[in-house]
Amino acid sequence: MRANPGGEAAFLRIEGVSKRFGSVTAVDDVSLDIARGEFFALLGPSGCGKTTLLRMLAGFETPSAGALLLEGVDLAALPPYRRPVNMMFQSYALFPHMSVTGNVAFGLRQDRVPRAEITARVEEVLALVELSGLARRKPHQLSGGQRQRVALARSLVKRPKLLLLDEPLAALDKKLREQTQFELMAIQQRVGITFVIVTHDQDEAMTVADRIAVMDRGRIAQVDTPSAIYEAPRSRYVAEFIGDVNIFEGRARAVNGGDVMVEQADAPAGLAAPARADGPAAGDAVMLAVRPEKIEIAPGPPPPGTANAMAGEVTEIGYLGSVSTYRVRLDSGKTVVSTQTNRLRHGGGAIDRGARVHLSWPVEASILLRS
Amino acid sequence: MRRGLSGINLAALTLGFAFLYIPILLLIIFSFNESKLVTVWAGFSTKWYVAMVENALLLDAAWMTLKVAVVSSTVALVLGTLAGIALARLGRFPGRTLFSGMVYAPLVMPEVITGLSMLLLFVALSWARGYWTVTVAHITFSMAYVAVVVQSRLLTMDRSLEEAAMDLGAPPVKTFFAVTLPIISPALVAGWLLAFTLSLDDLVIASFTSGPGSTTLPMKIYSQVRLGVTPEINAVSTVLVGIVSIGVIAASLINKRAMVIREREAQAADP
Amino acid sequence: MNERVERERRERTRAWGLLGRGSVIASPYLWLLFFFLVPFAIVLKISVAEVQLAIPPYTPLFAWPEGGSFELFAVGDNYRLLIEDSLYIRAYANSLKIAAISTALALLVGFPIAYAMARAPRAWQATLVMLVILPFWTSFLIRVYAWIGILKNEGMLNGVLRWIGVIDEPLIILNTDIAVYIGIVYSYLPFMVLPLYANLVRMDRSLLEAAADLGCRPAGAFWKITVPLARPGIVAGSFLVFIPAVGEFVIPDLLGGSGTLMIGRILWTEFFSNRDWPVASAVAVILLLVLIVPIVLFQRHQQRQREAEA
Repeated sequence: MRANPGGEAAFLRIEGVSKRFGSVTAVDDVSLDIARGEFFALLGPSGCGKTTLLRMLAGFETPSAGALLLEGVDLAALPPYRRPVNMMFQSYALFPHMSVTGNVAFGLRQDRVPRAEITARVEEVLALVELSGLARRKPHQLSGGQRQRVALARSLVKRPKLLLLDEPLAALDKKLREQTQFELMAIQQRVGITFVIVTHDQDEAMTVADRIAVMDRGRIAQVDTPSAIYEAPRSRYVAEFIGDVNIFEGRARAVNGGDVMVEQADAPAGLAAPARADGPAAGDAVMLAVRPEKIEIAPGPPPPGTANAMAGEVTEIGYLGSVSTYRVRLDSGKTVVSTQTNRLRHGGGAIDRGARVHLSWPVEASILLRS
Repeated sequence: MRRGLSGINLAALTLGFAFLYIPILLLIIFSFNESKLVTVWAGFSTKWYVAMVENALLLDAAWMTLKVAVVSSTVALVLGTLAGIALARLGRFPGRTLFSGMVYAPLVMPEVITGLSMLLLFVALSWARGYWTVTVAHITFSMAYVAVVVQSRLLTMDRSLEEAAMDLGAPPVKTFFAVTLPIISPALVAGWLLAFTLSLDDLVIASFTSGPGSTTLPMKIYSQVRLGVTPEINAVSTVLVGIVSIGVIAASLINKRAMVIREREAQAADP
Repeated sequence: MNERVERERRERTRAWGLLGRGSVIASPYLWLLFFFLVPFAIVLKISVAEVQLAIPPYTPLFAWPEGGSFELFAVGDNYRLLIEDSLYIRAYANSLKIAAISTALALLVGFPIAYAMARAPRAWQATLVMLVILPFWTSFLIRVYAWIGILKNEGMLNGVLRWIGVIDEPLIILNTDIAVYIGIVYSYLPFMVLPLYANLVRMDRSLLEAAADLGCRPAGAFWKITVPLARPGIVAGSFLVFIPAVGEFVIPDLLGGSGTLMIGRILWTEFFSNRDWPVASAVAVILLLVLIVPIVLFQRHQQRQREAEA
C-alpha cells in the first residue's frame, strides 16, 4: 500500500466542506486528507453527495462552507480552467465534432503547448490507453470501451496533479468493467497521479482503491482501506453497504478478557465479540455484524456452552458456482445467511433444503458496531 | 446547476421578445384610438370596431376566408396525414423520391410561383375561379405542412408500441387506428391548426387563384393598406390576432393539462 | 381453429393490407402530381408562348389542325427579354442580396435569443418556445402592416427617438431597403430561433465543463464547442430564412420603396398590372432555377442530419 495518510503533510486536504442547494444539504461538513499518489474512492448510493464533492474539486460547484487545499494552495480562487485538476466525466463528454486526436489535444492547445510536443504527448497517451490506431476516428465511430479510453486519455494528457473520475466505468458492461478496473490501476501506477474516483459500485471501489470513503447523506460514514472497511465496519450502514452481512441485536452482559459477551435469544450460550476501545459497558444495547462466509454450517451441534452457536432449518440454497448460499430460519423466525465454498459439494454430509442445521462462528468473526 | 439566468441571457430574452411583441401590441393599442391617425394617441374609442362590424364587404371577405380555411385545412389534414404515413412508415415504393420532393417543395416554394402555377392550371382546365379554386390551392400547399408534422411525430414515436399491438394479434390497419392514431393525435391537431392559420393568412396564392366575388380577408386588408393606414384595419387585425392567440394558447393549455393529469396519475399509481 | 380458414383470413388481411398501402400512397401522390407538378409544366409551357389580347392571354404552344401537320410555336423571346432588359437581372441579384443580408441579420438577432432560451430554467422553456412560435401563428400580413405605423416618417420610432433627443429630423426608414431588412428579420425570426434552440438545448452541458476542466475559458469554449455544435441549427435556420426571403412579395411591396427591386414583386407586376402571363411565367421559371441550388443543398443537409441522428 502506497497510502500513508499520517506520514507526510496532506497532498489534498478537504476541510469542513459543505454544499447546500437551496434547502437541500448535498455535502455536510466533510473533512478528508488524501495522500500524494493515492487511489482514493468516494463510495455511496446515488444522492449521497459524492459527485457534488467531486464537482467542487473540479471547480464546477462552489462550497457553501469549508476549504479545498491542494498542496496547501486554496482551490477556491481558481476557476475550473485554471486548476491543475482534470476530470473524467461519467458521460465522457467527448466533443462530438472533434476526432480522438482533437479531443485529446484540446487541453494541451489551451495551454499553448508547442505543436511538436502536443503531437508527441498525444501519441504517448494514446499508446498508454492502447488506442494508437484510432486517432482519426470521431467519437461516434468508437465502441463504448474505446470512448471510455479516449476520455481517460484526454484527462491524463495534461498530467494533472489530481485526476477526478466520475463513475468512469458505469457505462461499460460487467465483463469489460472488471477488466478495465485492473487497467485503470495499472495506468495509475505508471503515471503516478493521485486519483479520486466516485462510484456507487462497492466491488469497483474495493478493487481499485487504496482507501475508500463511504458516504451517507452528505456525510462521511467511514474512511479506511478496503479490507478494514470490510472486516471492521464501524456502523450498520457501512456493514450493510459493503458486502452481505448478518446483523444480531442484543444486550452486553459482561466484558471478560477483551471479549464482550452478548445476550441474544437465538444463541443459548450467548454471542461473543472482541471488545472495542470505546466500549460498550455491561448492560448496553449492542449490534453485532457477522459476514456470511464466516458462519460454519454443520448437521450436528457444537459442544454445549459454545458461544456464537445457533440452530435452525435450511429454507433455501442458492448455488453460485464457487460458493453456495444457505438461508437458515432460526427458531425465533430470524433468517441468517451462510456462504460455504463448494469444495465439499460431492463429499459426504451434503446439506439439503429443510434439514435442521447448526451454525457457529469464531469470536473474531463478530464485529461490534457502534450503535 | 445554476438556477437563474445570467444578465446577458436575460437581456437577450427581454430584447428579443420585445422586438417580437411590441409591434403587435402597438397595433392593438392603436385600434382603440379615437383619432384616424394610427400614430398619435387621441383618447380611447371603440368606434373602429363599430365601423368594422358595419362594413359588409369586410364581413363577406371574412366569411369567405373562414369557409376556405375550414374546408381546406380539413382536407389537407387527411391528405397530409396519408402523405406523412407513406413517408414515415411505408418504406420504399416506386416514385418515392419524387413523392417526398413534392411533399417538401411547397414548404420552400415562393408563394408567387405556387400561386401563378395553380392559376395557370385552372385556366388551362377552364375552371371558373372562385371559392373552389382558392380552396384547392390552399389544400395543396398546406397539406405539405401537415405531412411534415405527422411524419416527424411518427418517426419519433416508439415503434415497439405498434409492434406490441401486432404481436397481440391486431392487423396493421387496426393497429393504426387503435394505437398509432391516438398517440399521434396531438400532431394531427397541430397540423390542422397550422393548415387553418396558413389558409387564414394567405394573401399571395389567394390573389392569384380567386375570382370576382371570392375576395378573402387578407386580400381585402391588403387593398385597404395600399390605400392608406386606418385604425379600422388595426381593429380587424386585433380581432384576428385575438382569435388565433386564444386558439393556440388554449390548445397548448389543454395539452399541458393532459400532461399534468397523466403525471399525477402516474405518481398516484406509483407511491 | 381450422387451418384453411386461418390461411384464408391471413390472405384476406394481406390483400387488404396491400390495397390499403396502395391507397394511402396514391391519394396524396395523385393530388400532388395533378395540383403541384402539372402546374409547373404549364408554367414552363406558357413561358415560351407569346402574349396576346385574348382569353387566355397567351398563344397556344402547338397546333395540330385536322389534315394538317403538327406545328410547334415555342418562342424564346420572354427569356431573351429577361437577359436583355437589365431590370430583371438586377431584380434577381438584388433579391439574393437582400435575402442574404437579412439572413445574416436574423442569425445575429436570433442566436442570442436561442442561446438564452436554451439556458433558461427548464420550467420556463416550453413557455419560451411557445412565445417564439405565437407570432408565427398570427397573420404575416398583419405583422408586416404593424411596422408601417412604426417606421413611418411621423411614426412611433421617429416619435420616440425625437422625444429622447437622439435626432432632430425624422429618419427616413419606411419605403427603403432598411425597412425591408427589418420586415424580413422580424417575420422570419422564429424560423431562425427554433432550429438554433433545438440544437443548443440538446447540447450536453458537461461538454462545456469538460472544456473548462481542460483549461479553456468560457469565451473560448463558446467558439470552440458551442458554435460548432450549433452548426446544423445555424445552417437549417439560415436556409429557412434565405429561401423564402428571395421570392418574398408582401414585405418589399408594403415596406420597400419604389426602388426596392425584388423578383417576387416583378412577377406580381408582370402578372397583375401588365397582364403579361408569358413573361411572368418566364420570371417564375428562372426564379425556380435560382432557388433550386439552395433548396437542394437544404434538403441534403436535412437528410444528413436525420441520418446522423438515427
